[in-house]
Amino acid sequence: MNQEQVIQLLSPEGERVTNPEYTCSLNGEEIFSLYRDMTIIRRICTESTSLQRQGQLALWAPIRGQEAAQIGAGRALAPNDFSFPSYREHGIAWCRGIPPENMLRLFRAVSNGGWDPNKYHHSVPAIVLGNQVLNAVGYAMGIQRDGAEEAAVAFFGDGASSQGDVLESFVWAASFNAPVVFFCQNNQWGISTPSSVQMKVPLYKRAAGFGFPGIRVDGNDVLAVYEVTKHALENARAGGGPTLIEAFTYRMGAHTTSDDPTRYRIDAEVEIWNHRDPIERIKALLVRAYGVKNSQFEDVTTEADEIAMKLRRDVLAMDRPDPITMFDHAYADEHPLIEEGRRELIELGIGGLNR
Amino acid sequence: MSKKIFHLPDVGEGLVEAEIVVWKVSVGDVVILNQPLVDIETAKATVELPSPFAGVVTELHGAPGDTIQVDESLITFEVSGDESEATVEEPIVNEAVGAGREAVLIGYGVAKEEAVTTRTRRRNAPETTPSVARTQVRTTPPVRLYAKQHGIDLNTITGTGRDGVITRSDVEGADTKVTPPKHSPSTGANTPSRFVGRDLEPWSSGQLEERIPVKGVLKSMSEAMASSAFSQPRAAVWVRIDATKTMELVASLKKHPNMQDVRISPLVFVALGLCDAARHYPGINSYFDMKTNEVVVRRTVNLGIAANTERGLIVPNIKQADQLDLVGMANALTTLVDKARSGTTTPNEMLGTSLTITNVGPFGVDAAIPIIPPGSGAIIAIGQIAPAPWVVDNQVVVRQVCEIAMSFDHRHIDGALASMVLNHLGRFLSDPAPSLLAN
Repeated sequence: MNQEQVIQLLSPEGERVTNPEYTCSLNGEEIFSLYRDMTIIRRICTESTSLQRQGQLALWAPIRGQEAAQIGAGRALAPNDFSFPSYREHGIAWCRGIPPENMLRLFRAVSNGGWDPNKYHHSVPAIVLGNQVLNAVGYAMGIQRDGAEEAAVAFFGDGASSQGDVLESFVWAASFNAPVVFFCQNNQWGISTPSSVQMKVPLYKRAAGFGFPGIRVDGNDVLAVYEVTKHALENARAGGGPTLIEAFTYRMGAHTTSDDPTRYRIDAEVEIWNHRDPIERIKALLVRAYGVKNSQFEDVTTEADEIAMKLRRDVLAMDRPDPITMFDHAYADEHPLIEEGRRELIELGIGGLNR
Repeated sequence: MSKKIFHLPDVGEGLVEAEIVVWKVSVGDVVILNQPLVDIETAKATVELPSPFAGVVTELHGAPGDTIQVDESLITFEVSGDESEATVEEPIVNEAVGAGREAVLIGYGVAKEEAVTTRTRRRNAPETTPSVARTQVRTTPPVRLYAKQHGIDLNTITGTGRDGVITRSDVEGADTKVTPPKHSPSTGANTPSRFVGRDLEPWSSGQLEERIPVKGVLKSMSEAMASSAFSQPRAAVWVRIDATKTMELVASLKKHPNMQDVRISPLVFVALGLCDAARHYPGINSYFDMKTNEVVVRRTVNLGIAANTERGLIVPNIKQADQLDLVGMANALTTLVDKARSGTTTPNEMLGTSLTITNVGPFGVDAAIPIIPPGSGAIIAIGQIAPAPWVVDNQVVVRQVCEIAMSFDHRHIDGALASMVLNHLGRFLSDPAPSLLAN
C-alpha cells in the first residue's frame, strides 16, 4: 500500500490528512451522521450473523471492516443515480433507504430479491460474480440515450475483478464514454484467494489500459471514500465518462458464514487491519476535532441495538413462501426449462400446496 | 415461564451434523440473547453459536466430542413469557411447508394481486399437479430426493426427527431393511477402528472394498509426506540411551507442590534437550530452499510436535521454543496438544516448523525412521521408555532405556552433524539436571 498512490483524508489514528486533489467538504454534523450509519450497519451485520448461527438465515455475507467503503460511497450517491450491488453491499442498501429486514429476505431464502429496484434506485444483489457490472454499464448507456444527468455505479470485489464480465464492462464503458463509476472494494481476499494472486499490477492501474482514470482510495477512510466517489459521480454525470475506484480495505470476517478464515489467513494480518478500523478512526476525529461527547456515541449504540432488535423481530415474523414460487420471477414469460423444473419439484411433492 | 429448545442449525449450507467442541454455558446459567453458548465443529469450520433465547439453561444435550445431527436438540432453556416473544424456536431451513399457508410474494415488491394472477396463469400449465403433493409428508427436500432415488415411499416411514419430521437416517433405515447385506461376514475383528480421521466399519459389516476421498487432514498429510519423501534425500542415525535420570526427575517434579498445575512428561525434556542441541549445533535447525538454491539456517526453533488426532496426523509447532524454560515448555506442549485434540489448531500454528519431534513410545514400539516435514531439515523419533538390561561399571543392571532416531536431509546435513546432535540430546536425557541448570 505504501508504494502506491492512495487518497487519504483521515489517518488510521483519526488525524486529518491533507490531499492536493481532494478536500473534505463535510461539516461536523455530517461526519457524525457517517459515523452513525457505519455503526448501525455494523450492528445490523452482527445481528444477521447471529441469526444465521441460530438457523434463522441460510447464509450471511459479513461486511465488518468495509463500513467506510460502503457508507462513504453510498452517501455520495444522488437520489437518481442507480447502484448495482453484489451480495455484500448492505451498507449501500442502507444508504439507499432499504429497510434492513428487506436486505435479509434473500438470506432467509424467502425471496429472490427483497425490494423494488426502481423504488430505491438499487438493483437486487447479484450472486453471479461480476454480472451486475455489465448491468450498470448497460444502464449507464441508457442514461446517455435519455440525456439524463445521472450516473450508474457498479459495486464489486477484488475476486469479481478477474471475471470476464467486469473486463468487458470496462471496454464498453470506455468505448461509449458511459456515465458509470466502477467501485471495487478490494478487501484482499476472494474467499480464500489473496488479491495478490489475482493482481499482478494494482487494480486501479488497470483502468489506464482501458482508457479511463483509476484511483486507489483508503477504503477504511470514510471521508476520502465519500469525496473520491462524489467527484467521480459528478464527472460521470457531466459527461466525463467512467472512473474506476479501488477502495483498499479488508474483510475482517469470513467471506460468508460458510467459511472459516482462520484456515486460510494468518492472525497477524488480521491484527494489522484491526488497527485500521474504519469506525474507530472517525470516532477519534469526532472526539478530537468536533468535541463529540461519549453520550452522543452511546445514543447511536442504543439506536443501533434497537434497529437490530426490530430486525430480529421482523425476520422471525416473515412468512414463508411456497417453494414453487421460486420459478415465478425467473423470466417474464414461460420458459420450457423453468417449467420443467417446476414440474419436477411438484412431482417430488414439494410446493404446489396453495394451488 | 416456558421451555424452549435450540435445535442444531445448519450453519454452512448443506451440513448434516456437527461435533460439540466446548460448552460456554452450564445448566443453571442465566444467558442473554446472542450470548455465546457453544463452539461446534462442522465439516467446514469451527463456529460459535450465539443464544437465540434469553433465559436459564436447563439441559445440554451432549458433551464435548459428541456429534449432533442438524435439527436435533442442542440445548434447552426456561424462558419467561416476555423474552420468548422476541424469538421463535423453529429454524427456517428444514421445516416443511404447512398446508394452506398463503404464499409470500417473491422479490421485486410485486403486489399481492399480481402474484395471484401469476399463479392463476401457472395453473393452466400443461402438466397437472399430482395429488400426492396434497398429502404432504413432513421431511426435507434432500431426503425427498434420496427417498425417490431409492424407491422408498415416504408415507411408509415414521419420522424420528423433531415433530415427526422424517430424517435421512429414517429413510436409510428403511433402505437397509429391504436391501440384503453387501457380503457375508468373514472372520476378523468386529471393532470399528480409527483410520485416516474416520471410524472404519468393522471387518464383518463393511464393504469388501471401500474408497476414501483424500481431503482435509489426510490430503495435507499425504502431500507433505510425498513431497518430503521424493524431494529430500533422507538418511537416519539412532542411539540407545539410559533415560533413568530423566524418568526420576519427571516423577519427583510431578510430586512437587509447585508443579501441580503443570503437565510434566519425558517429552518436555526431549523438547528442551533438542532445543539445547540446536543452540549448540545451529546447522541442524536449517532447511534446503530449492526455490533459491540456498541452505537457510534459522536461529530460532519452531518446534513441531507430530500429533495423532481424531482427524488424523497434524504437526503444529511451538514458536520460539528455544526461549522456553521447563515450565514454559510443559505449558506450551499442553496447549498445543489440547488444541490439536479439540481441532482448534490454526494454520498459523502449523507454519514454519524448523525441527520436529514424533513420539512413537505411546504406541509401544522402540523406534521409528520418520519422514522429514517439508521446510525443515530434521526430525526426531522417540521410542518407548522401558526397563532393559544396561551395562554400568561392567555390571548388567536394569535401567529405563529408550531409543532415539533422527532423520535428516542429507543434501546439506551430514552424518557427523546429525550424530553430534543426537549424542548431545542423548547426554541431556541421560542426566538432564546439569544441562537445565547450565541454561
